[in-house]
Amino acid sequence: MKSSVITFPGSNCDRDMDVALKKFGFKNKMVWHDDLELPKSDLIVLPGGFSYGDYLRCGSMASKSKIMKSVINFANSGGLVMGICNGFQILVETGLVPGVLLRNKYLEFICKNVFVKINNKKNTYFKNLDNNVLEFHIAHNEGNYFCTNDQLKEIEDNEQVAINYCDKDGKMEDRFNPNGSIKNIAGIFNKEKNVLGMMPHPERMIDTSLSGEDGSLFFKNLINNLK
Amino acid sequence: MIVNEQIAIDHGLKKDEYAKICNLLKRTPNITELGIFSAMWNEHCSYKSSRLHLKKLPTKGKQVIQGPGENAGVVDIGDNDAIVFKIESHNHPSFIEPYQGAATGVGGIMRDVFTMGARPIANLNSIHFGSPQHRKTKNLLRGVVHGIGGYGNCMGVPTIAGQTNFDSSYNGNILVNAMTLGLVKKDKIFYSKAAGLNKPVIYVGSKTGRDGIHGASMASASFDEKIEEKKPTVQVGDPFTEKLLLEACLELMAGDSIIAIQDMGAAGLTSSSIEMASKGNLGIEINLNKVPCRETKMTPYEIMLSESQERMLIILENGKEDLAKKIFDKWNLDFAIIGKTTKSKKIELYFDDKQVADIPVNTLVENSPMYDRKWKKAKLPKKNKIKKEDLNNLKIIDVLKKILSNPNVCSKEWIWQQYDHTVMGDTIQKPGGDSGVVRVHGTNKAVAASVDSSAVYCWAHPLTGGKQVVCESFRNLISVGAKPIAITNCLNFGSPENEENMGEFVECVQGIGEAADYLKFPIVSGNVSFYNQTKEEGIKPTPSIGGVGLIKDYKKMITMGFKEVDNIVLTIGKTEGHLDQSLFARNILDEKNGPPPEINLFNEKNNGETLLKLIECDFIKSAHDVSLGGLITAISKMCIKGNKGINLKKPKYLINEIEYFFAEDQGRYIIEISKNDFKKVTDILNKNAVYYDELGIINKDQLFIDERTKVTIDELKTSNTSWLKSYMNK
Repeated sequence: MKSSVITFPGSNCDRDMDVALKKFGFKNKMVWHDDLELPKSDLIVLPGGFSYGDYLRCGSMASKSKIMKSVINFANSGGLVMGICNGFQILVETGLVPGVLLRNKYLEFICKNVFVKINNKKNTYFKNLDNNVLEFHIAHNEGNYFCTNDQLKEIEDNEQVAINYCDKDGKMEDRFNPNGSIKNIAGIFNKEKNVLGMMPHPERMIDTSLSGEDGSLFFKNLINNLK
Repeated sequence: MIVNEQIAIDHGLKKDEYAKICNLLKRTPNITELGIFSAMWNEHCSYKSSRLHLKKLPTKGKQVIQGPGENAGVVDIGDNDAIVFKIESHNHPSFIEPYQGAATGVGGIMRDVFTMGARPIANLNSIHFGSPQHRKTKNLLRGVVHGIGGYGNCMGVPTIAGQTNFDSSYNGNILVNAMTLGLVKKDKIFYSKAAGLNKPVIYVGSKTGRDGIHGASMASASFDEKIEEKKPTVQVGDPFTEKLLLEACLELMAGDSIIAIQDMGAAGLTSSSIEMASKGNLGIEINLNKVPCRETKMTPYEIMLSESQERMLIILENGKEDLAKKIFDKWNLDFAIIGKTTKSKKIELYFDDKQVADIPVNTLVENSPMYDRKWKKAKLPKKNKIKKEDLNNLKIIDVLKKILSNPNVCSKEWIWQQYDHTVMGDTIQKPGGDSGVVRVHGTNKAVAASVDSSAVYCWAHPLTGGKQVVCESFRNLISVGAKPIAITNCLNFGSPENEENMGEFVECVQGIGEAADYLKFPIVSGNVSFYNQTKEEGIKPTPSIGGVGLIKDYKKMITMGFKEVDNIVLTIGKTEGHLDQSLFARNILDEKNGPPPEINLFNEKNNGETLLKLIECDFIKSAHDVSLGGLITAISKMCIKGNKGINLKKPKYLINEIEYFFAEDQGRYIIEISKNDFKKVTDILNKNAVYYDELGIINKDQLFIDERTKVTIDELKTSNTSWLKSYMNK
């Protein structure tokens, strides 16, 4: 399986994603934001970081990068595009997934492990995964997902919510919501479910010596689904 | 403007220093030249009060590749890998503008590390604030934490450990010390020594603005009531540009175009160009019209003294200009050829086709003032006679809870959760342990780092305090299973012109030197911050020690949380019952006098090395050093981290229980071992003449001494975790 990770000026989880993808069998290529064309890929990843220093709005300038035209075309033709953290913010800015990401409720950067409940398994990302709850890691300042009531209804009707913040047993209460996201939303799909944006970083959970190993489950499952 | 003595004094120079300048130049300097002298001769850049004493520190060792004098120190960790590291202060600016002051402190230290060709792999910090009740403390703390996070998080470098203290002596002068570790190949280290004639001098990075002019001079003076007016001397950071600068520099460094490279830190273009010329014994000629400026009509004086951030000076091989420019264009950074190296051994500056400065380099560096300041030797205070009946009325559990929620002991999760500590995917020990640990990417090795200070001990007796901080750093590394390699120090003191403050400095440095020498734990980099003082009132002497150690196989790393019920817990090192200057004496008995605990360097070394042996043999399940708050505080933290309890034995020898549990005798660790290994472990301890006590047995969920003296771990956890959060949210 082939994957591509896009590096924007200010991306800083691009290497971590490269390490994770390769560990689970992807042949990964790094792609510079100023390039026009994507290499042949089964998966495109927009990594975390602070593209363009988060200036203007998080993800806003990166969404206008040269490479993004190709990424949008790739997504619109059904290709898998995953945006993690700042990548999610970029996806939101391109309009590939609905909603916006506001500053965290308590106006502070949060770096910690969280549990997320998988809300929809009828897609390439989560299909065949045994677990319903995964322990992931978050590190962000602007992860407070928000959308209008109409959008929310549409998102829910189309089963576009990918993951929600919860506790280890999958209970979705306000106290397990780290950043104030509407309905504890941690990740969201486009209508077709080929585009996934999420705040948590599965690439930081690929080793028992690190924060945990649920990221490994996610990547193993993803590459199996793609085979 | 014609320069005269008064203008020189306004620049922070002393009368005789100004006379010396005129003498060296054999004429009156012009204003640009005066600015350059004042920047190079202030305390911050010239170390004029400290140089004499710093020379005595041990700086060599088997693993030391580069000691003090470069941008950062470098140590060998085997397999052609080396660690570049340094700690630096950004105290004065952080008090005036906490967010930008702290942020640019972090940015500056990272530049020092990647200037040498190393990719930063970990950040640490040591921050000190005034009393929590002081009206400024909360906002300063919030601003500093946001600033450290704002910069480090954006750079994508994990902040893996740190230290936060509160004491009223910092009410008017907070301390922000930032430390960075970087990883480099031993054969790809870059230095700041210029070489070769007619080599192009290149300016890269951000444009130069009017920010930070006289920043280094401001940091070389005490504060007064007009300190708010100094805001414009604080630099403004842009971590995004620094991230680009990091990537661009590392890309250029992969080739062989660079002869020398130096970041523009304190005193900006002035100190960077002069240091490079001085080390290479060359001259440098610069056309200031070529320097990229952010603002219009900047004068030569302003350009030379600006402390705008995210800039570097590079001396390239001839003919590599185009290749280098292409890399900086790719990263959207300024790139300008601003001058060349010359044989004149002078700094020659031109602006609008006129020469605006012409100074022999040696007058600025070798001829800079050096003072043998007067200092007063501190006496060892007399021991307090604490009345036994005062102690017997106290309930251990109540005292323990108070200590666990003390601002200097409580959990700092509110702080470190705001720092990205997991980016780069190699953090295997997060903040909150004895040391932070990161793997050396792609290998089985890991590097541990810790930053420590003990201002109270240093204040009570500087010589002992200086030794103690080094020992504490040593212990914190050993507790995670790392072999200590070397240290970096950030020496924060009051005014060197005050004999007592100067004495504190001299004796702390002596103590640091003695301990570092004995423990073979050399000092490879550091900085001095004097004048941490508002009017007549100085801070407690606060040397911060950043220690670095190596774990050969990261799977053998040790954490402090208790692991398994029924395992045996031992202490290593003898508990004598020293209460003076302990957290217990100062906060519970309100007794602020007396000597700090004694340091026995033989025991420190022997206990530490023996513990490393036990770790090497896989006997140790968890370990933690005993520091603030004594034995029972250390045990409680191990219980909290591991979510286990302990049945504690009472001391078997004649000692008061309170003394036993809360004394801060040095050289001690707590270890957890399995029952089956007890004999093997105690044999090794006995063979190495290491004193140990059996402390107790791990249980499920409570700290139990006897039926009347017990508490659940959940309760202790609440005491430990709630203070800071509720303080900040009040």
